[in-house]
Amino acid sequence: MMQRIDCLRSIRNRLDDCLVVTIMGAVAAEMQSLGHRQNFFYLQHAMGLASSTGLGLALCLPEQKVVVIDGDGSVLMNLGGFTTLARYRPKNLVHVVFDNESLLSVGGFPTATSTGSNLEEIARGAGVGWTRTVRSLEDFTRAFDEASAAGQLSCLVAKVEAAGPKAYVTDLSLLENRFEFRRCVERSSQHSALSSQPVKNK
Amino acid sequence: MPVSLKNSQVVYEALKKCGIGLVSALPETWLVHLIRMAEDDPKMILVRLAKEEEGVGISAGAHFAGVKSAMLMQNHGFLASINGIVSFAQLYRIPLLKLISYRGTFGERDPWQTQGGGVTEPLLRALRIPYEFLDDPAQVEKRIADAQTLAYSSLHPTALLLTRELMWEEAQP
Repeated sequence: MMQRIDCLRSIRNRLDDCLVVTIMGAVAAEMQSLGHRQNFFYLQHAMGLASSTGLGLALCLPEQKVVVIDGDGSVLMNLGGFTTLARYRPKNLVHVVFDNESLLSVGGFPTATSTGSNLEEIARGAGVGWTRTVRSLEDFTRAFDEASAAGQLSCLVAKVEAAGPKAYVTDLSLLENRFEFRRCVERSSQHSALSSQPVKNK
Repeated sequence: MPVSLKNSQVVYEALKKCGIGLVSALPETWLVHLIRMAEDDPKMILVRLAKEEEGVGISAGAHFAGVKSAMLMQNHGFLASINGIVSFAQLYRIPLLKLISYRGTFGERDPWQTQGGGVTEPLLRALRIPYEFLDDPAQVEKRIADAQTLAYSSLHPTALLLTRELMWEEAQP
């Protein structure tokens, strides 16, 4: 079965010019084990709000690519967030959801995706224009590139094994990450000389 | 509708003077004019939410992007957003400017609003969120500016309670 860390490794070099917001737990720990970068923000709590954070970034910086790396447990805590994302459908946002059908970091309890809830269909039903579910590394990498080039809000659900790192606490302090990330956004938005005139949506 | 259009305008203009570029909102009766003003303003990003807690993430994203934001919600929406406030805004020191319509106080006629009124201020105090009332149109601009100043200097949420006195105009008998 597909491993999340292999997926993360495969797209890591495609994230250099993106602002990346991840969830807590295995995703944050594995991203950091592959090497932290200043354009990565790890939301180490507040499950469900990584995609909302990505939406705020994407709406305020329409020229900046934003990637949200989410998980089934977090998404299930904020299903309404899909409808808000779809309502404003920022073209510059790629929403990756690793679905291991489990709340891994608290003991591996099965989530509702293990009993048939389908996150891609929920995203599509909410109105997300580009959606895909993948189960192999090759498909994941290709789908990520397609999503990035889709020119519309996309949601890529990656079915992965419920396996993660040995430990979840890393030596990157939450506040260090937060302040560094904000500086990084500031620099990158200066570089791209933003005429960030927001697009009005209902 | 007896929601005060004039005082909603006073509040909206105060937000604009503070440089607010993004407003997240979930509709409720007292907020209808404010939300309409945000919608009609081509320079304002309005994000209509499914649930108020999303607004914490959206305001954090806006903060990272260098955009000042405000959250419009009912006090029951404040209750619904508490985990986001604690485990995002307070954990990560994100400034939030919250405008909360203070339902369920003296004069409330809707039975379903009556429980939230009694717990709003105790919860704000428990969360150590500094708050003030917006009850006098003459004070609105200064209070909003002051709440924003403290939110950014402390990197912490602050709140303004929109009161019945400000938001509601009883029909003359």
